[in-house]
Amino acid sequence: MSTTAAPAEVEVEQPRGVEDYEQDRPWIVIVWNDPINLMSYVTLVFQKLFGYSRAKATQLMLQVHNDGKAVVSSGTREKAEHDVARLHAHGLWATMRQD
Amino acid sequence: MFERAPGGGVALTLSSDERALLVGLTAELRSLLEGETSDPSLRRLFPPAYEDERQQNAYRELTGDGLLGGRREALELLASTAERDSLTAEEADAWLRALNDLRLVLGTRLDVQEDTFAGELRPTDPRTPAFAVYGYLSWMQEELIEALSPG
Repeated sequence: MSTTAAPAEVEVEQPRGVEDYEQDRPWIVIVWNDPINLMSYVTLVFQKLFGYSRAKATQLMLQVHNDGKAVVSSGTREKAEHDVARLHAHGLWATMRQD
Repeated sequence: MFERAPGGGVALTLSSDERALLVGLTAELRSLLEGETSDPSLRRLFPPAYEDERQQNAYRELTGDGLLGGRREALELLASTAERDSLTAEEADAWLRALNDLRLVLGTRLDVQEDTFAGELRPTDPRTPAFAVYGYLSWMQEELIEALSPG
């Protein structure tokens, strides 16, 4: 380890701009109702991908069915994109947007 | 048709006609997936993730090959295990996804809506055979889900 004094790193506090707050806002994953996917299939996919209980998965599926859509997961953009891709791999109609 | 087997797999009981039908349907979709994935009947297999076009293009760039590859693999697995009497949990999961893809494409072609099955189809309707296949696949998928569903 060197004892030579290194130039001090000056940390400049930057005021947080609008963009920083933009990045903090979580992304949500939405599943939309569709007339082809079976209700039992949608429930099973929610259980499998998100580890939800049967009760929670069924409640989300019913929300999709009755209201036309439901938020099924949220988090960073990367996580949301990962979840959307897994839902797409299972044939569900999923989209994502920043909350 | 499908029964839960010890160890998470399923036992399957299908006639040779049913197995042949599945092999034929998967071959048809596999060949469709060899072509342009912008084919209208495939749109439900590759839905957009983003409203924004630029973000959507980036998403497709990132995930498109993986989604296509996964679909092909599941269809191939179904075709190559169609003669079997039992499936592992992993194979049964591929069957489930392949059956769903077959239904999505057929249902899109038939323009299936929520109320499509409320009325009766005339036997002379040219779509009757395709609807019969769609109904059969739906029933089969329901049976498989039942066998795979955790408590």
